[in-house]
Amino acid sequence: MAGTTSTHGAGADPTAEIMELQMGPSHPATHGTIKFNLKLDGETIVGCDTEIGYLHRGFEKMCEQGTWNQCIPYTDRLNYASPLINNFIFVEGVEQMLGVQVPERCSYIRVMLSEVSRIADHLTCLGMASAELGAQTVAFYMVQARETLYNLTQHATGARVTVSYGRVGGLTRDLPDDFEDHVRVAMLSVREHVGNCQKLLERNRIFLDRMIGIGVIDRESALGLGLTGPMLRGTGVKRDVRKDEPYMFYDRMEFDVPVGTKGDNFDRFAVRLDEIDQSMRIIEQCLAQMEDGPVCVDDPTIVLPQKKEVYESIEGLMAQFKLVIEGIKVPAGELYVAGEGANGELGFYLVSDGSGRPFRVRVRPPCFYGMGAVAQLVCGHTVADLVAIFGMVNMIGGECDR
Amino acid sequence: MEVEEAVAQSVAGSDPVREDSFGGPLLVVSAAKIVDVLRFLRDDPAHRYEMLIDLTAIDRRVDLGVFEIVYVLRSLEHNTRLTVKVRSDGGDPVVPSATGLWACANWAEREVWDLFGVRFDGHPDLRRILMYEEFEGHPLRKDYPVDRRQPLVEERDPIRDPWPSRDGL
Repeated sequence: MAGTTSTHGAGADPTAEIMELQMGPSHPATHGTIKFNLKLDGETIVGCDTEIGYLHRGFEKMCEQGTWNQCIPYTDRLNYASPLINNFIFVEGVEQMLGVQVPERCSYIRVMLSEVSRIADHLTCLGMASAELGAQTVAFYMVQARETLYNLTQHATGARVTVSYGRVGGLTRDLPDDFEDHVRVAMLSVREHVGNCQKLLERNRIFLDRMIGIGVIDRESALGLGLTGPMLRGTGVKRDVRKDEPYMFYDRMEFDVPVGTKGDNFDRFAVRLDEIDQSMRIIEQCLAQMEDGPVCVDDPTIVLPQKKEVYESIEGLMAQFKLVIEGIKVPAGELYVAGEGANGELGFYLVSDGSGRPFRVRVRPPCFYGMGAVAQLVCGHTVADLVAIFGMVNMIGGECDR
Repeated sequence: MEVEEAVAQSVAGSDPVREDSFGGPLLVVSAAKIVDVLRFLRDDPAHRYEMLIDLTAIDRRVDLGVFEIVYVLRSLEHNTRLTVKVRSDGGDPVVPSATGLWACANWAEREVWDLFGVRFDGHPDLRRILMYEEFEGHPLRKDYPVDRRQPLVEERDPIRDPWPSRDGL
């Protein structure tokens, strides 16, 4: 829905008039969940008020209603382009509060699937942003590559998007036996399609003109606006939670942190593209280092018992009932846990009062702060550039509005 | 020198208390001095917490009778993290705004106002962000029932009757 109002009086110079334009939420480039109230001088944006909240579902309120494990399906629905990362960072936080260490195989699987999700997220972002700039073929290639990753996710978790694969103390199940072969097939497909997209874009005058020098932000402003992830790294700040505060097994992985130089759209684009390569490196290392073993901690107060024990022993039955009805008893206290989500630092502020239910679950959504920066990024540019800048923020409605 | 000693020396009346939780450093200071404390932590070369990573609130009226406002800080230079917390009156919570220090506090404080009803003194544009203007109550307060219904509001013509809107700059 777009509407215009003029603010000039009778006899005023029409070229000096500031026009108000409401762009979205039902606009193909705003993903249906964002509205920009723009002030335009001709075609140049001189003011922007970003409205979010169209996809607010009360994630934080709902998390307070159930047990800790019952929050996991909600975390799937935050950043639905990379739900596994949300799953794993949330359960890592609860595990830190409980003071449990998950088995090695579990950590390797978490790292590997996080990187699969990161690639899928970057492909979604780059593909959709390119489509909004008219590069429809790129979008189809990238979606095709993403499809192989979704199939891979489905092979491991049983679902494509709403995975709920993480559990406090481990995973729902181990990987299937032939998973490694599937990973290799998927990686080949990603390499091929990303290579094709690079050929289509990197020397494409139309694309480059809309990316280079558009939406520039410097280091200081980026830090003040709370930007993280590719948006911050585009400005040249080498900041990656995986490197700076290694969690899971990221300290055992060799990978580089790509950074940009100018902080414009193209840097954000290039950083994401390079990160796809780095993620594939990490996946290869996981496959090489991973050994067989359990994927869950052996503690009946945290992990649900095997079905055989539930049916055949009184201890198993009791453990099942206590976990489902009362939940995991997390000690009282509070913790901020952070990890590197696909578009920035994804954090959870968890507060426990010692009962089996969370007292408060706060998620720090990276693209919420990214959206807060859009007003500053777009001023001075044209309405068409807004589409390109917004595309490179990688706003995911489920995460931004929660 | 520990961070609470440094804060106590540099910001008079801030009454810093360490209340670490699960190994994470957590500093509780007085609400009136929060902006001075944050400015000190941001600018002091020994700390340099140059990023406000997150700002949120916890409704602790049931056990402590207060709202807690939480600032998660991050230093890139020293690769450290610090959580700073203030406790504000449970009846009509007001906390000084940190928008003068970090631009990202603008949206974060709007969200805390929207969901908790904590007012930020000195905020340039304190209006709801996730909810709509006609929404009644603050949904993340513990006394807001999860199944409460909201009254039906009339459709607003966005052209004739636009929302109070700022340029966002």
